[in-house]
Amino acid sequence: MFLVLRRLAQAFLILLGVAAITFVLLYALPADPARMIAGRSATAQTVANIRHELGLDQPLLLQFWHYLTNLLSGNLGRSYAQKTDVWTLIVARLPATLTLMLAGILVEVILGLTLGTIAAIRRGGFVDRLVMMASFVGVSAPQFVVALLLLYVFAVTLGWFPMSGYGTLAHVVLPATTLGVLGAGWYARMVRSAMIDVLNQDYVRTARAKGLSSRRIIFRHALPNAILPIIAMIGIDIGQFMGGVVVVEAVYGWPGIGQLAWQAIQQVDIPIIMGVTLTSALAIVIGNLIADLIAPVIDPRIRTR
Amino acid sequence: MRVLKEMLRQPAALFGLVVVALVVVMAIAAPWIAPFDPDNQMFDGLSLEGAPLPPGGQFLLGTDTLGRDLFSRLLYGARTSLVIGLVANGIAVAIGLLVGIVAGYLKGFASNVLMRFTDLMMAFPALLLAIVLAALLRPSLWIVAMVIALVNWVQVARIVYTETRGLSERDFIMAERSLGAGHLRVLFMHILPHLVPTAIVWGTLGIATTVLLEATLSFLGIGVQPPQPSWGNIIFESQSYFQAAPWLVFFPGIVILLTALSFNLVGDALRDILDPTQRGRN
Repeated sequence: MFLVLRRLAQAFLILLGVAAITFVLLYALPADPARMIAGRSATAQTVANIRHELGLDQPLLLQFWHYLTNLLSGNLGRSYAQKTDVWTLIVARLPATLTLMLAGILVEVILGLTLGTIAAIRRGGFVDRLVMMASFVGVSAPQFVVALLLLYVFAVTLGWFPMSGYGTLAHVVLPATTLGVLGAGWYARMVRSAMIDVLNQDYVRTARAKGLSSRRIIFRHALPNAILPIIAMIGIDIGQFMGGVVVVEAVYGWPGIGQLAWQAIQQVDIPIIMGVTLTSALAIVIGNLIADLIAPVIDPRIRTR
Repeated sequence: MRVLKEMLRQPAALFGLVVVALVVVMAIAAPWIAPFDPDNQMFDGLSLEGAPLPPGGQFLLGTDTLGRDLFSRLLYGARTSLVIGLVANGIAVAIGLLVGIVAGYLKGFASNVLMRFTDLMMAFPALLLAIVLAALLRPSLWIVAMVIALVNWVQVARIVYTETRGLSERDFIMAERSLGAGHLRVLFMHILPHLVPTAIVWGTLGIATTVLLEATLSFLGIGVQPPQPSWGNIIFESQSYFQAAPWLVFFPGIVILLTALSFNLVGDALRDILDPTQRGRN
């Protein structure tokens, strides 16, 4: 219980830090939102008026204080360009992004677990080398290139999946695969080395000596223990995903918060950028928290520490 | 020498080394190898209808939508990628080393502050941060390098921190201290040399990450700006055209993939060779 509270407090402090750093970065940068809103032909007076309206003429610390107090009451501010509550905008986009992320996690876990396990069983053989090479390729492939290639092969040439859009299962397949390929490479490598460690343990040897079938040994005895590092990884992975989401959503026209962020970045719509960054940081913190809290439940060895 | 010998024995590492060497040669010798000026928008580089030319014939890998020779642009793009890879990653490793070693060696408050700061950086969605920074600053090669360095130092810092913590509790450091060696002397003469393998490994692996990040930023149009060729912005410039001219995405994509893959392979092999605790694990 104490541990949980301490972790929560830490998470809160980290979010506060992320808010502070993002705030300072965004407002210290040369891009001027007031000029962006006023347009190129606006007079200096108009720009000054807008700046005053948005409260941008106040000292930075005061602005940050306002932002924080609003934040604590659940108010992320209003979008400069869309004149709407940032929180409303994000909530509207969240289901699309969460769908994409869940599908992506599914792809990488399934691919990673299968490939990693096969490689570990066939350790040192041709299949193992092939899987390891493939995992390196997956890790080294830029997401936008994977996205464009998948689009070219499966949407343009074969016509199996739609080019872009959102709504049906067919729409999810290509973006989720794009998002999952990168992680699948890491997972395959981690599962492989965890499996090899586990397969060398005494209890596995005992199971073998008892005459258990190798399928039973792998699925009942080895895999559950080899999965542990993966669970910790999923939490950390969410961070990777939040960045990848911007690229993948841009290529596939997926109406999630990545796209929202990308539009906001081009319009210097600072409240939205802040909101999305904070939401992402929150997702990362929650992911890590869950990983930390679940690990002892699954693995009794961690509990005593 | 031993390292090189061992690397030549592993097929994957050898492949990586060869590709890395090729990319370096491409970058350095670009002016002599390139058949055309990379920025020259050639009249005969477009078809009569004004479409880019497919690979083959006069233009080895075809031409882009402005009639520029793709092969020449890829050669010059190697310069962009390598410069950013070396500069950005060099800075990232330097910052990571500095933060990690100081936080690992000092105990107490300063160390805590530094490590909590890296915790904070870990909670930042790195790519999102890079995109925001690159988009709001006026993008240029050096800005891109700075942004990448700013995002990528964290992992190095954490690894160096853990290693320094381990090292500073070892007996030989204690012995040095009791002989009267100052903190700086211990840090630079006794701890830093042990971190050289780590720096080399992460320096190499980090180039792969950096090349990918630069390509991604340039692909989004907020990295290296055309006409200066970069593998990412070649794809950025032609992505709306890619159904008609897939080679404009395919070739730069392959080059990015191969380069990142090779630096990863070399880095991974280096880790196996340089880190004795990792030996025999495969």
